[in-house]
Amino acid sequence: MIKLHVNGVVRTVDAEGETPLLWVIRDNLAMTGTKYGCGIAQCGACSVMIDGVVTRSCITPVESVAGKAITTIEAVEQDPVGRRVVEAWVRHQVPQCGYCQSGQVMAATSLIKANAHPKDADIAAAMTNLCRCGTYNTIRAAVRDVAGLAEDAA
Amino acid sequence: MITTVSDDACDDQALPTGAPVNVSRRRFLLASAGASAGAFVLGFGLPLGPARAQSAPAVAGVVPGVVPGTRVPAFLEIRPDGTIRLQSPFVEGGQGIFTAMAQIVGEELDADPATFLVENAPTGADFQVMGRGRRVTGGSNSVKSSYMTMRRLGAIARAMLLTAGGQAMGVPVAELDTEPGHVVHAASGRKLAYGVLAAKALDLSVPAPDSVALKDKARFRWIGKPLARLDVRAKSTGKASYAIDAHVEGMLHAAIQHAPRLGLEPGAIRNEAAIKAMRGVHSVHVLPGAVAVVAERFWHARRAVEAAEVDWQEPEDKTAIRYLPADFSTEAFAHRLATATGPGDPGESVGDASHAIDTAASAITATYQSQYLNHAQLEPPSALARFNPDGSLDVWFPNQAPDMFLADVAQRTGLSADRITLHSPILGGFFGRHFKYTSGNPYPQAILLAKAVGRPVKVIWTREEEFLRDAIRPMAVVQFRAGLDADGVPVAIEAISACEGPGEGIANKRGEKLDAAALEGLTGKQYAIAHRHIAQRFVKNPVTLGYWRSVGHSMNDFFYECFLDEIADKGGKDPYELRLHLLADNRRLSTLLKAVAELSGGWKPGPYVAADGSRRARGVAMASPFGSETAAIAEVSIEGGDVRVHEIWQAIDPGSVVNPAIVAAQVMSASALGLSQVLVEQAAWKNGAPVARNFDQYQVLRPDQMARVHTRIVESGEKMGGVGEPGLPAVPPAVANAVSRLTGKRVRAMPLAAQAAT
Repeated sequence: MIKLHVNGVVRTVDAEGETPLLWVIRDNLAMTGTKYGCGIAQCGACSVMIDGVVTRSCITPVESVAGKAITTIEAVEQDPVGRRVVEAWVRHQVPQCGYCQSGQVMAATSLIKANAHPKDADIAAAMTNLCRCGTYNTIRAAVRDVAGLAEDAA
Repeated sequence: MITTVSDDACDDQALPTGAPVNVSRRRFLLASAGASAGAFVLGFGLPLGPARAQSAPAVAGVVPGVVPGTRVPAFLEIRPDGTIRLQSPFVEGGQGIFTAMAQIVGEELDADPATFLVENAPTGADFQVMGRGRRVTGGSNSVKSSYMTMRRLGAIARAMLLTAGGQAMGVPVAELDTEPGHVVHAASGRKLAYGVLAAKALDLSVPAPDSVALKDKARFRWIGKPLARLDVRAKSTGKASYAIDAHVEGMLHAAIQHAPRLGLEPGAIRNEAAIKAMRGVHSVHVLPGAVAVVAERFWHARRAVEAAEVDWQEPEDKTAIRYLPADFSTEAFAHRLATATGPGDPGESVGDASHAIDTAASAITATYQSQYLNHAQLEPPSALARFNPDGSLDVWFPNQAPDMFLADVAQRTGLSADRITLHSPILGGFFGRHFKYTSGNPYPQAILLAKAVGRPVKVIWTREEEFLRDAIRPMAVVQFRAGLDADGVPVAIEAISACEGPGEGIANKRGEKLDAAALEGLTGKQYAIAHRHIAQRFVKNPVTLGYWRSVGHSMNDFFYECFLDEIADKGGKDPYELRLHLLADNRRLSTLLKAVAELSGGWKPGPYVAADGSRRARGVAMASPFGSETAAIAEVSIEGGDVRVHEIWQAIDPGSVVNPAIVAAQVMSASALGLSQVLVEQAAWKNGAPVARNFDQYQVLRPDQMARVHTRIVESGEKMGGVGEPGLPAVPPAVANAVSRLTGKRVRAMPLAAQAAT
């Protein structure tokens, strides 16, 4: 049994310590907003925040996050920064199929929490999740909006 | 316990009747899909016999008594709070169709699309709105095939609400009008909300479809406007639910290990006892072409199935099946395509191209090549199957054609169609992945496993299994010849493509006619070249082929438009000016080409030095995909040996549009996929195995490789074309032509990453 702090609630899960956090969240805790895409930390669809820092849950052993604050997409709007990010996502009409967007929103929220006014290079370095619909330009526009950067031509 | 189950393990051998889903079952479906208590479901329970609906001709796939797209109660539920629930015949996979459907129906119903809650409709004749009993979300067909039908549906519903309003207010319908969400009696200043009237509308018969008038488009309130999408907030907060998220009580999870090569079958599992003893394992199963482990948790199932050591057996008869040889490599197969001989089968032949080339003032030849591609949609395939206590079956899986899959499930299980409920969730990426591909979909496995274990089972394919069994975009080698007159203008073009079309691949045989998807984009070009001969040299592939966004156009416009630039070079012409010349009598396309040039600030091929000091060039290309017309210009430079695409300008003429914001989003999205293809993507095989089994090896476009995309929509008013795919085909050749311009070396193959850029 492992005790987890998920979205402000203490949850006890029956899982081996090396089980990826992703599958504990999806199967044990039945929260499906966090997505499986690749399982090898390449795509970022599984991104969650651990103590406010974006983390790819598909390669994170659950035992390594016991006692830490785990935030999933289900609670992103409880975070003031997360709420602003979601509103920017809606304003810029970012998602298409939407499957990667939980992870994109978590990555953007983590970035802005650490750096309220990132520059373009910071955004490029932080927003590396894959999107097969190719929404990269609107993702960038939404993050720049939250960061207070002026709109650019794209 | 090892359970051996096979495709024909089913209750009985009864074949599907193809019988339509009846109304009472749909009511059950709607109820089970979450219609809230007290919500008023328009018309469910209403007998809708032939007396109430026009009878339809006896055509295959058409159900007598049902005119698809007319029975309002099947499509719409108007709730007391005014929320309108619409059953969409087309599935949402990111292309924005749910929003477009709300706009189209809402326009004629006179209800704000923002008040709509749109879902994918269940199976059944009512939703086969594409004509001849068809319902497929694909081919960029959704809006263009159903636009009038769905408008009429909204108009019929409005007429019913007006009638109900007249009865409620005791006034003639002629004195009534509507404003969004309300029936209005101007003379008395009274109005009643649709949500209030919906209960009365229930008792009314559905008027004949041709008895209602459609709006004059000059009065459109929502069609043609860049309305916000209805699904964006749910998709920004993790609330959107995909097939992979489906859950039912008592459900087990299954993971799969497929045969390493298509056609092999499982023999013994050498470490079977050890697998069964692994933590969480419920049972181990042998399936057609695969083994499966069922467990309470997916992670346990996955760990166990990946540990399975299976004796894979060669098939006895390799001719009747899709079989991947142990020595298969894409490099060798490309060579085979390049060395294929024979005249080929013509897909388009006008004049005498061969003679015209032989007698032309000058001639040019070139060979082009494309690559295999994975769909690489971010949602891995999954399927959930549940046999109910009464023997009926519920299945959940991503699909683009519910009734087609329903018929397949019926055939596999022996259940009649009315005993099967197919749930079709939104798609975590579209791109052509969700058609019925033999051995490319997990639902047959889920059904077999649920039957075997007596509990609901959800199968998820890991990314690695997906890349092993995905249906692949075909590769082709095209041999071009062209003849030019003394002025350097092409008078004849010949293209012979060695390939197999996706339809031919799926059928695993050639049809009586050519697979149009094999050559589209080589055929159907609009340039005034008098002599044209476009042919297919059929070469069967060992891999499973499939549809990929923009299908044949995804590679054929690359071939043609790059070779056209070579013709321009040969004749001493500017590629933009040559295209304008060849389109001189085509007002629609010359307008479009000029539009994209203007959007880019005027045609400027370069090379030139940009403000940041980089040396850049531009390329242009056009395409005529899926009833729409496109023209693209790309600007590129070389950064550290890699091609950098800075800008894409694209003009698209789909005739007319429903939502310009969604059109622009689709052009951006399709441009990204086109960029991905031309820059980095390829699915390669060596020694009978795919080189890439995950995103560490299979490259898709990354954020830092994306170009800025500028879109101009040109509404010519011509017949409506598609939107989801057309933004792709012109992008790869525009990029390649720009690179050729910049480097002085012709690009004749994709992806560019596989070639040295200097």
